[in-house]
Amino acid sequence: MSTSEPVPAVRPARPDYLNASYGVRSWLLTSDHKRIAILYLITVTFFFAIGGVAAALVRLELLTPAGDVFQAETYNKIFTTHGIMMVFFFLIPAIPAVLGNFLVPLMIGAKDLAFPRINLLSWYLLVIGGLIALWALIHGGLDTGWTFYTPYSTVYSNGWVVVTAVGIFIAGFSSILTGLNFIVTLHTMRAPGMTWTRMPLFCWGMYATAIIQILGTPVIAITLLLVGAERLFHLGIFDPAQGGDPVLFQHLFWFYSHPAVYIMILPAMAVISELVTAFSRKPIFGYKFIAGSSIAIAALSFLVWGHHMFVSGQSVYAGLVFSILSFMVAIPSAIKVFNWTATLYKGSVSYQTPLLYALGFIGLFTFGGLTGLFLASLGLDIHVHDTYFIVAHFHYIMVGGTIMAYLGGMHYWWPKISGKLYPEYWSRVSAWVIFIGFNLTFFPQFIVGYLGMPRRYHQYPEEFQVLNVMSTAGASILGIGYLIPLVYFIWSMRYGKDAADNPWGATGLEWQTPSPPPTENFVETPVVSGRPYDYATGREEVALG
Amino acid sequence: MASPTHAALAHDDAPPELRHHFPDLAKQREASSLGMWVFLVTEVLFFGGMFLAYAIYRETHRRAFEGASNLLDLKLGATNTIVLIVSSLTMALAVWASGRSRKNATVLFLVLTMLLGATFLGIKYVEYKQKFERHEVPGPHFVVPQDEETHQPLPRQSEMFFSLYFCMTGLHAIHMIIGLGLVSWLVVRARRGEFSERYNTPVDMVGLYWHFVDIIWIYLFPLLYLLGRHTL
Amino acid sequence: MHFLPEEASSFAGHVDALYLFLILVTAFFSLLIGTLVVVFAIRYRRKSPDEIATDVHESGALEIIWTVIPFGLTIVMFFWGASVYFRITRPPTNAIDVYVTAKQWMWKLQHADGHREMNELHVPIGQPVRLTMASEDVIHSFYVPAFRFKRDVVPGRFSVAWFQATKPGKYHLFCAEYCGTRHSNMIGWVYAMTPADYQAWLAGGNPGESLAAAGAKRFVENACNTCHGDVPGARGPSLAGVYGHAVRLSNGQTVIADEAYLRESIVNPQAKLVAGYPTIMPTFQGLIGEEGLLQLIAYIKSLSPPAPAGAAAASPAPAPAPTPERKASRP
Repeated sequence: MSTSEPVPAVRPARPDYLNASYGVRSWLLTSDHKRIAILYLITVTFFFAIGGVAAALVRLELLTPAGDVFQAETYNKIFTTHGIMMVFFFLIPAIPAVLGNFLVPLMIGAKDLAFPRINLLSWYLLVIGGLIALWALIHGGLDTGWTFYTPYSTVYSNGWVVVTAVGIFIAGFSSILTGLNFIVTLHTMRAPGMTWTRMPLFCWGMYATAIIQILGTPVIAITLLLVGAERLFHLGIFDPAQGGDPVLFQHLFWFYSHPAVYIMILPAMAVISELVTAFSRKPIFGYKFIAGSSIAIAALSFLVWGHHMFVSGQSVYAGLVFSILSFMVAIPSAIKVFNWTATLYKGSVSYQTPLLYALGFIGLFTFGGLTGLFLASLGLDIHVHDTYFIVAHFHYIMVGGTIMAYLGGMHYWWPKISGKLYPEYWSRVSAWVIFIGFNLTFFPQFIVGYLGMPRRYHQYPEEFQVLNVMSTAGASILGIGYLIPLVYFIWSMRYGKDAADNPWGATGLEWQTPSPPPTENFVETPVVSGRPYDYATGREEVALG
Repeated sequence: MASPTHAALAHDDAPPELRHHFPDLAKQREASSLGMWVFLVTEVLFFGGMFLAYAIYRETHRRAFEGASNLLDLKLGATNTIVLIVSSLTMALAVWASGRSRKNATVLFLVLTMLLGATFLGIKYVEYKQKFERHEVPGPHFVVPQDEETHQPLPRQSEMFFSLYFCMTGLHAIHMIIGLGLVSWLVVRARRGEFSERYNTPVDMVGLYWHFVDIIWIYLFPLLYLLGRHTL
Repeated sequence: MHFLPEEASSFAGHVDALYLFLILVTAFFSLLIGTLVVVFAIRYRRKSPDEIATDVHESGALEIIWTVIPFGLTIVMFFWGASVYFRITRPPTNAIDVYVTAKQWMWKLQHADGHREMNELHVPIGQPVRLTMASEDVIHSFYVPAFRFKRDVVPGRFSVAWFQATKPGKYHLFCAEYCGTRHSNMIGWVYAMTPADYQAWLAGGNPGESLAAAGAKRFVENACNTCHGDVPGARGPSLAGVYGHAVRLSNGQTVIADEAYLRESIVNPQAKLVAGYPTIMPTFQGLIGEEGLLQLIAYIKSLSPPAPAGAAAASPAPAPAPTPERKASRP
């Protein structure tokens, strides 16, 4: 493809990454980051559907106090499937691998990620790992919960621990390679003039996420490898009967799995930073503070894992240190929330669907984050640890936070990704349905948790039923809310109106290239000359591009 | 905020090694190099989990670990350390030769590196075989070994020492095998004359990896063989 | 509908007070942010498609304010949470002992006088109860919501914790750490009783052998007495009076002989060897079950005269409690 040709005005003649070549081979062997993002989109949607069905079955069982829908063993396998699919195969890859893959090169004016073939390899690793894990979960079943606590997982469980661990191990390398690719890309591939402080906040968020991915994921990989080896060869590294320490497993596990929470939420925050500024048509408030807080969160995330062990018998002093460090993570998160709110001030606020999701995120994340303070408080955590309170808390962050942001981002960039517009009416309806369904599902769980209902209970005392019924009712609304976008996104690919190159009037290099972009992303490599989100002065220059 | 320029050069006269999305070879090399270093950081953490487990258990089961450590073959371990250090030298020489377009020297040093790497694995095999014969491999056939000095049985946590020994050296050996595969791929490419002053990134990158695997052994050897040893 | 479980232990009220404070903070900030977002969104809604917003995008003063205020609040929460935590973990001095064995999927509880219970625990109100807990298989967690009390029971070690019931009643006992298929059946009841009722309960039923007596039998069965026989020149150290006191080890260090140390010295004798004795004791790991270990330790404890100060020092939880609060915690 020649790069000196002017862009033709008539759409059908314009080559883009979607129509550049056809056939399954051209997709499965692609090294185009945009096509790989589409492959990821299909993959994580599939895993989300599996995890969602498992969630629905869990809520169905909890409709009544008695364990009357499934056997206890089956129930345990279902909630394990829900956790593993959602955490390792949906939440961790979702925003970085789909939106990050698509947008990072576009936003920094690059033609691709630094290592396109490694990028494709990461996708294959996720698919292979995911299918192995799914096969193990469905064919053999696994009842350890997604946390694999020893010695249950290594000695007592009858489930397919080793196969599932192998699946997660493989998917872990997908995550590591994605993070590696982002770090190198952001360091070496930025367009001329795009200094670090001119970089969109989405890229800052991806950078912070990538740091956690490369530093944390190897630890869970080796830990699961040791669990597998212990189970196969009776090594005894975590088995107290041989002198091992089950709590060491928890340390190693949470050394990754707490930062992993930030692998899930930092990209969400990154999306929200973009949405808030675009729909206020105003530069983001406190750019440097939002960028810096992402890095601060990434750094602090590695110092707080011990708050998962306040009741496991770790020393009181370790508890104190982990408690205060956990509180400290709240501060960069608070800085972000305040800055987003301040961005709306004196903005030109347009209530389009992506903003609805962003505002929903701000509310739910604020609430979910504040309930995290309950868990960082030593004396209080003793009571709520391992109850539904914590289930509610992390679903506010993961579902109310990450999934809201993911959907907001999907709506915002869908015109760029597909070249089509989604139906505005239905998208607003679904945003409201999801917001209401979500709160109805998870708010009652805070109460039932403080009342003392432990998590992972197949049956429960009758006094908890009212709140559980509310939760199940909310879950069914939430489920419908998720189906609507799935339907209209697919619908819009065929019947949607063609999208303009910059339908929102937003800044950012990704809006200065055609929708959908050509394979090479930019006809000519852009040169950046000013700060990001420059709505007041930069719009005329944008038009030139 | 942005305006297009002619920064996008046509790649008509670009060198064949240049991938389409990089502006020039220097940028491409910078990306590869940074990528390799980031990868090695993840490798440090990958091994880190086991080093942590080893450090903790060595402290809690000191007698078992010191006694079991005494049963390792110091001579074979020390020989292997020397073999690996020399292989790092030959690897470094291969990088040097490839950067000066000396094709035959590159191939020679790469082959030497492979031979030394294979020697290391051979010696490791002999060590593992000894352990099997003495029932020092963890699992159902494990027999709690005797202390070399007192001839009393060691505490049974000595099994855990051997568990960690096999996990750590085994993972290291897997890295060595991968390294051998990478070096043999380099040999093929070097024979085709693909490396020159202008472009020797693959040799450079595999070199980094090879040195990293060596460094892991430089830590493993004193931790497993030397620390707390009282007999030679 | 209730929003709080019953407050039936000495620290339940403190936990709930902190909880209510955090609810207030959460409500305040959620409403603040929610209101600002809604007000800004309405007040500054886009009025024409070409509208450009006012360029307000920096304020160092605001950034400092909204960094410092959350910081201050979290520091308050930290100290409050830590003080409640100290109250929960600080060992009592006049506790009655209950020994807990957890296994898939039941709780076995033994009182010092030999009363045994299954999935039920009877305790008096107004007196601290000290639990020494062991697991026979996987990790369990002893959780009584009404007491705001939870502690993991980790296999391979003792978990020692305590609570003090304040209100007679029947309260849920849950296993809070997922432990396998019938995890949600590993539940029971804690009966908090007035001292008089408790005495009546103790008097009824046949307590059987006391825990220490059972331990004494095991001491002989396992031939512990041949070396730890308390005679001059014995091959092992005497165990009389050892519990709760400092022991000098062969590597020069000193440890307090608490439950955890005694347990370790039975299952892994070489780990912390008493100075001046040879390394001849075999390990009893796998030979004595968790219940047996609890009995042996109850026996060894019975060889020490009760010394309240020593008992406090012997507990694994450190007790850096400031003196005034310690007084307050006494019944």
